[in-house]
Amino acid sequence: MNLASSCDVAVVGAGAAGLAAATECARCGLATVVFDEQQAAGGQIYRAITTTPLKDRTVLGVDYWHGEGLVGEFARAGATHVPGSTVWAVTRSDDGFEIGVSHDGVARLVQAKQVILATGALERPFPIPGWTLPGVMTAGAAQLLLKTSGLVPEGRVVLAGTGPLLFLVAAQLARVGGRIDCLLDTTPRGQWRSAAAHAVDFLRSPYFAKGLSILRDARRAARIVGRVQQLEALGTDSLQRVRFVAGGRSEELPADLLLLHQGVVPNINLSNAIGCEHRWDDAQLAFVPVVDGWGASSVAGVTIAGDGAGIAGARAAEARGRLAGLHAAHALGKLEAAARDRAAAAAQAELARFTRGRAFVDAMYRPAEALRIPSGETIVCRCEEITAQQVIDTVKLGCTGPNQMKSFLRCGMGPCQGRLCGLTVTELIARERNVPPGEVGHYRLRFPVKPITLGELAALPQTEEAVKAVVRIGKAH
Amino acid sequence: MFRRLPDGQATVPVTIDGRPFTARAGDSVAATLFAAGVSACRTTPVSGAARGPFCMMGVCFDCLVTIDGRPNQQGCLVAVADGMRIERQSGARIAADTPLGQS
Repeated sequence: MNLASSCDVAVVGAGAAGLAAATECARCGLATVVFDEQQAAGGQIYRAITTTPLKDRTVLGVDYWHGEGLVGEFARAGATHVPGSTVWAVTRSDDGFEIGVSHDGVARLVQAKQVILATGALERPFPIPGWTLPGVMTAGAAQLLLKTSGLVPEGRVVLAGTGPLLFLVAAQLARVGGRIDCLLDTTPRGQWRSAAAHAVDFLRSPYFAKGLSILRDARRAARIVGRVQQLEALGTDSLQRVRFVAGGRSEELPADLLLLHQGVVPNINLSNAIGCEHRWDDAQLAFVPVVDGWGASSVAGVTIAGDGAGIAGARAAEARGRLAGLHAAHALGKLEAAARDRAAAAAQAELARFTRGRAFVDAMYRPAEALRIPSGETIVCRCEEITAQQVIDTVKLGCTGPNQMKSFLRCGMGPCQGRLCGLTVTELIARERNVPPGEVGHYRLRFPVKPITLGELAALPQTEEAVKAVVRIGKAH
Repeated sequence: MFRRLPDGQATVPVTIDGRPFTARAGDSVAATLFAAGVSACRTTPVSGAARGPFCMMGVCFDCLVTIDGRPNQQGCLVAVADGMRIERQSGARIAADTPLGQS
């Protein structure tokens, strides 16, 4: 595709935050380009909203279809949307930033004065024995198959884990006649006590009524087993059974499909590699970028919006996207401070409305330590097939952090670049060393944050200076 | 493991390991594999263990397949196209490039 070699604002991600941010930037007259890996705008929450084959709107519900308006106003705002593109680098250049991006197997560099990261969330790793078997996938993945392709699980289906999305998926699958044999609720007992401190906010939040109706639908859809521990997926080449302990008794269920979920965490690979400051958030059990009220990170010119800056949900992400867009427009001289602040007021009110009650959800559905921090032969790093015991043994040898762990084990060095093991490795090391996870830190990630071929890199257009530099070296020989 | 709701009409001819299959326009390669009853799409380079699509959103890299002769493609990020050749892959693959100069 024809793509300008420079723009005012590059937005990474076309989910709720990215679409809102790009809409604000484009409305202010900024040349705005949105890079997104998916084939159509919407991110994961509003995935396939313009293409889904599901005609019955009650299946995915009004919260999903809210995204239609957002995608529509984005399409009218005049930003350039590059679907199917992967951003693998964001580095400083003379006039802002150079974005390394691949599209259709061709890499290119695009200059941008400001960068807005809207990379969203991914499902928290769920490292149990057998979680790499075919037939085991995330509950979010099953929901995406429903949204994008109208595919519904069949056979013996078991859902397991905790968090609002798990119950939402159960309810949605039930609405389309999907069979769910059992829902194994791993929410640790007694967490309502710590959640109770936030109950008043939750009761006044938009999440309360929705939560009740989802729980009711989920209960109708499946047998629910509570306080599940010691979850295991069993099978040789694919999933055959699910084993768990509940109420002191061990039980096994035959299963063709196990859908796992224990919350979502910020996708920080790009912000980490750029060098933005991050901190450990103990309520969300994840690393989050340090940002101000506009989403501005510690790196000037890089703003982070949406769940990538800390989990707060789709409607909050949209509001944070607007704030990030207004901030970039002000930084580039398109909006006076007073006009920016006036325009921001509505988004700030939305943000307050949709972050109320989150603390209750975080506390109520805090995933169990035993399901976050595995032991023994359970695989931690899916790419390099590194077990929990290998990580523990390496800590005992004196390895103190995840970056050193890479040299010992190649842990986190496969194609996913630590996305599916980063938090697990940090928490494992922290527990073994008896220090807080924030002290252990996260993998130091480097570009390219997604694999590209050497051929793509070699075919990148070179500047005149770069070519001359190589020619000079050649002549010296 | 998955069945298709009647809403989704399949009209796009593809092959999976040489066998013909009809996908729905707009489906990803990974969704097409599930619709065809294929839950394992590769074996790992480290131990040779079977793997299948896990996250469906481009982060886990377990859905790597060979598409039209190019190995190591993320099946969940690539949309099916008329006549597309989808192949499961085993172990490590040489990361063949798009020939230089093609775009």
